[in-house]
Amino acid sequence: MTAMLKVDGLDAFYGRVQVLHGLSLEVAKGEILCLLGRNGAGKTTALKAIMGLVPPRVGAVMLDGVDISLLRAEDIAKEGIGYVPQGRRLFAELTVAENLEIGLMARNSPRHARDRVLDLFPVLAERLHQRSGTLSGGEQQMLAIGRALCLEPAVLMLDEPTEGLMPAMIQRIREVVLLLRAEGVAVLLVEQRVEAVLPVADRVLFVENGRSRDCVRASDLGADHALLHRYVGVGA
Amino acid sequence: MDLGPYLMLASLEGAVGAAVLALTALGLSLVFGVMRIVNVAHGEFYMLGAVLAWWVTSMIGGHPALGFVAAMVVAPLVVGLIAAAAERLVLRRLNYDPEATIVATIGLLYVIQQLALSTYGADARPVPAPIDFRIQFPWFGYSGYKLCVIVASAALMLGVWLVLTRTRAGLMMRATQYDPETARAFAIPVGRVYAGVFAAGAMLAALGAVLIVPIQQAHYLMGHDPLLLSFIVVIIGGLGSLRGTVLAAVIIGMSDGIISVFFSPTLAKILATLLVAFVLVWRPTGLFGARAA
Repeated sequence: MTAMLKVDGLDAFYGRVQVLHGLSLEVAKGEILCLLGRNGAGKTTALKAIMGLVPPRVGAVMLDGVDISLLRAEDIAKEGIGYVPQGRRLFAELTVAENLEIGLMARNSPRHARDRVLDLFPVLAERLHQRSGTLSGGEQQMLAIGRALCLEPAVLMLDEPTEGLMPAMIQRIREVVLLLRAEGVAVLLVEQRVEAVLPVADRVLFVENGRSRDCVRASDLGADHALLHRYVGVGA
Repeated sequence: MDLGPYLMLASLEGAVGAAVLALTALGLSLVFGVMRIVNVAHGEFYMLGAVLAWWVTSMIGGHPALGFVAAMVVAPLVVGLIAAAAERLVLRRLNYDPEATIVATIGLLYVIQQLALSTYGADARPVPAPIDFRIQFPWFGYSGYKLCVIVASAALMLGVWLVLTRTRAGLMMRATQYDPETARAFAIPVGRVYAGVFAAGAMLAALGAVLIVPIQQAHYLMGHDPLLLSFIVVIIGGLGSLRGTVLAAVIIGMSDGIISVFFSPTLAKILATLLVAFVLVWRPTGLFGARAA
């Protein structure tokens, strides 16, 4: 299996505070890797470091065999990474259509990328000219994912996409993520809650204090509560 | 003259002031809205526009309109380049820190002002109006050029609005305004957007000055009043709200013109400043300002 996204020995800092200590991970095409760990373990920072928003000081980020860790943040998105940030971070004053347009502009995606998103999330099509800040939480999350999908990404990174959503919404988002996996997108998912991870993830990488620890198949995790207990503090 | 015609004259004078003020304040509001930078040097970009307009028109002979049209193009371009350079060399190096940039733009104010004094000199110099006709009302004649200033300013503001709402560049600016970090994650070159916005803000001030310079004269200290009034307008309208800025410019510009004609310019400034105080007490976000997130 060749890695679509391969992160190797990443160190990242907020000012003088080191948040990531040699974090490494690999996601293949058509695979869902989930980063699991406690609050403040460095999961969100890992995604930001990959996006170049927190520039890594040491380490490599290989996208399909090309090192992108030295690119500026605005050039990394162009390489084909779709990012769904924590808390959605929509451009709240802009309309739904304008938010999608920003996704399309990033890589000059063809028009059908947008049609595809509206097929996946038909509710957005009804709200195109509504200010995105006025959408419901679930709709906002769909728009955040749709905006990232407008890039037609090879790698999709989602930071706690199901946080605070109703079960029906969670189900829809889960279906879309599985559909993308089936199409060969490499998915990197950050979660804090185990029950949100197990139904979708192929592999789980535990993150602790900015370091990557054990990496296990999600199917093995059900039986092994010791790891969950150690890294997330839940389980038997 | 009866009160009616007198009031009409005062309103016309107010409208001319309001038009130029709206243009200048729009530049300040745009820079604050997108970059969160309080640009104290904004008035000096205005002054530079006027001085450059004098320079261009005195270089080009022939019909005054020729030189004026050249000034409308050259002055904003040069001012925009200077502003973009200042953004690269100073503001970017301060990481756009809100407090540091205030101090830096105060410094910029004096640098530009003293450079103008040592090259252009301390004289006030006139620029001939590009068109010379008077509109004859039954009670008084009025400069046709002044009416053109109102029209030109309105057209320029319409242009700004169209760029912001209908173009990719405008969409990038608005996205940067709301969330620069996420904008970068979607390939928007935030650094270049900032340079462009700072230059555009300065160019709007310069355009306002080119329009006004056939009415007032170009002088190296002429940036003070527009800076003060622009701040008043931007605060009353709501920081970063372009709609509020234009509306407040009309209110302040009109009242400034009318009160100046009937009473005194000083009283007009006193009342405008008082209005700011009231707005800050009762509606700190301004007429159209969003609540702080």
